[in-house]
Amino acid sequence: MSAIIRANRAAAPSDAAPEKELRPPSYWPFVVPALIVVIAIIIFPWVFTIWMSLNEWKVGSPTTFVGLSNYLRLTSDPRFLEAVGHTMVYTVLSVLLPLVLGTLAAVVFHQKFAGRGFLRALFIMPMMATPVAIALVWTMMFHPQLGVLNYLLSLVGIPPQLWVFHPATVIPSLVLVETWQWTPLVMLIVLGGLAAIPAEPYESAQIDGASFWQVFRFITLPLIMPFLFIAGMIRMIDAVKSFDIIFAITQGGPGSASETINIYLYSVAFTYYDLGYGSAIAVVFFLLIVALAAVMLYMRQRMLWTEIASGA
Amino acid sequence: MNKGQINLRQIIGRIGLWLAVFVIVSPAILFFLWMASLSLKFEVDNAAYPPVFIPERFAWKNYADVLASNRFLTYFVNSLVVTGSATLLALVVGVPAGYGIARMAAHKSAIVILIARITPGLSYLIPLFLMFQWLGLLGTLVPQIIIHLVVTVPIVIWIMIGYFETTPIELEEAALIDGATRWQVFRHVALPIARPGIAVAFILAVIFSWNNFVFGIVLAGRETRTLPVAVYNMISFDQLSWGPLAAAALIVTFPVLLLTVFAQRQIVAGLTAGAVKGG
Repeated sequence: MSAIIRANRAAAPSDAAPEKELRPPSYWPFVVPALIVVIAIIIFPWVFTIWMSLNEWKVGSPTTFVGLSNYLRLTSDPRFLEAVGHTMVYTVLSVLLPLVLGTLAAVVFHQKFAGRGFLRALFIMPMMATPVAIALVWTMMFHPQLGVLNYLLSLVGIPPQLWVFHPATVIPSLVLVETWQWTPLVMLIVLGGLAAIPAEPYESAQIDGASFWQVFRFITLPLIMPFLFIAGMIRMIDAVKSFDIIFAITQGGPGSASETINIYLYSVAFTYYDLGYGSAIAVVFFLLIVALAAVMLYMRQRMLWTEIASGA
Repeated sequence: MNKGQINLRQIIGRIGLWLAVFVIVSPAILFFLWMASLSLKFEVDNAAYPPVFIPERFAWKNYADVLASNRFLTYFVNSLVVTGSATLLALVVGVPAGYGIARMAAHKSAIVILIARITPGLSYLIPLFLMFQWLGLLGTLVPQIIIHLVVTVPIVIWIMIGYFETTPIELEEAALIDGATRWQVFRHVALPIARPGIAVAFILAVIFSWNNFVFGIVLAGRETRTLPVAVYNMISFDQLSWGPLAAAALIVTFPVLLLTVFAQRQIVAGLTAGAVKGG
């Protein structure tokens, strides 16, 4: 009898409170399976990528350790440097446009009107839909002769464009798709921010007779700034890595006019099977994203300091 | 709210609001309507200028052709198997992990998830591609199931950490005092409460796995393509006519669009909480 009780005690700590303090790792068994998976599919590939980037590693030929020469090769690879430029232009546009439009959309969706839930569901469809399927339809819409976009332009008297078929317009055209696709995410994040704003500042602004624009500029905008920052950060990370839309519509063309780092990385690794060099690109690419995120954090921090300074 | 006093200003405000709603929503609505229109037109109508929006005769045969093509069913089953397995495996390991991390308050472990979020999908592909080659798995669906975990596991863990942090801990403590093991507490107390959170994680994992394209183009062979890869290959090789292409595109993305309308609340909750997207 007492043995059973003791066994029960041992199996189930009935005086849990003090024992929990002593044995915090008791939740570890819950985490271990996921930890194994994460190590296998996320951490191991990372370590292996770094190792491969230090080797001359081509499919079908023996590998040799070459140190940092893959990285040195990057600095004088014109196609890589060009891809960095394309990525920057693409990213800046694909962050700013959805931020502006998504904020406007959030202000509208923050109002009460009939059918708001359903219309919001329709509005977020572009970001949930399968990117390749969307890219296919956009390709048809961009068609210079048969595409519906040139027809729509002709209705307002604008001459037909070559869209993704001309080096000068290909990146703006792809940004158009990216903006159409991801403005809803910015809208959702900012909408969350708007919902958290208390009513008082608006009430006092109304009493003071502030205009719609003044209210937006001096009350709404500062209060949703943290959310805009998060949205901008997420947008930056996704835009830099954008692959499906660009690959499915242009494959980086015409020529290499829309070849971003990610598209170039694909060619190097899986068209030329130059895995060592591809790994070096992957590492530099990752560091670039981290650097961009750090710059954004720094800018945000400086903004906060100046706000505090001007407020004091 | 005095209804007798609807003045001109309010009416103008109302009209302005509806106009704004219309302008904001129409790019999405018009796009999908145009997609449906393309998929339902014969070649003559798709090549017409000015474009035909609603044709006189609907080309339902575009859909019949896509569905009847002998490989389409294979690709559909492939997509189901890859997305289904990757999502279920992610739930099996990710839900307990989210629970453990939330209860241990091990917030630093979330950094791994963030790194996974930042890393380009292609950088997982290079080493894992070699692994699968060495293991001789490349002709099967296994590599795609495993690599889709890169998408689904972080989504599930991230959302479940957030969810378990909001569920009350008092019940669990009471159960522990009553002699339940930690596993029993998780299984019978925490898990039932967490069902809505699991639904959010499930839906987002399914959508982002279903939509994934980049892993498939590298890892899929002729027999192991998922639907997005199959549609992409239609553009480049098999099909040049727009009707069947648009029909195929719509079939691929239709389940996701349906889910977006009917599970909108869960999707919005998940995206604004975690804003995780894999790949």
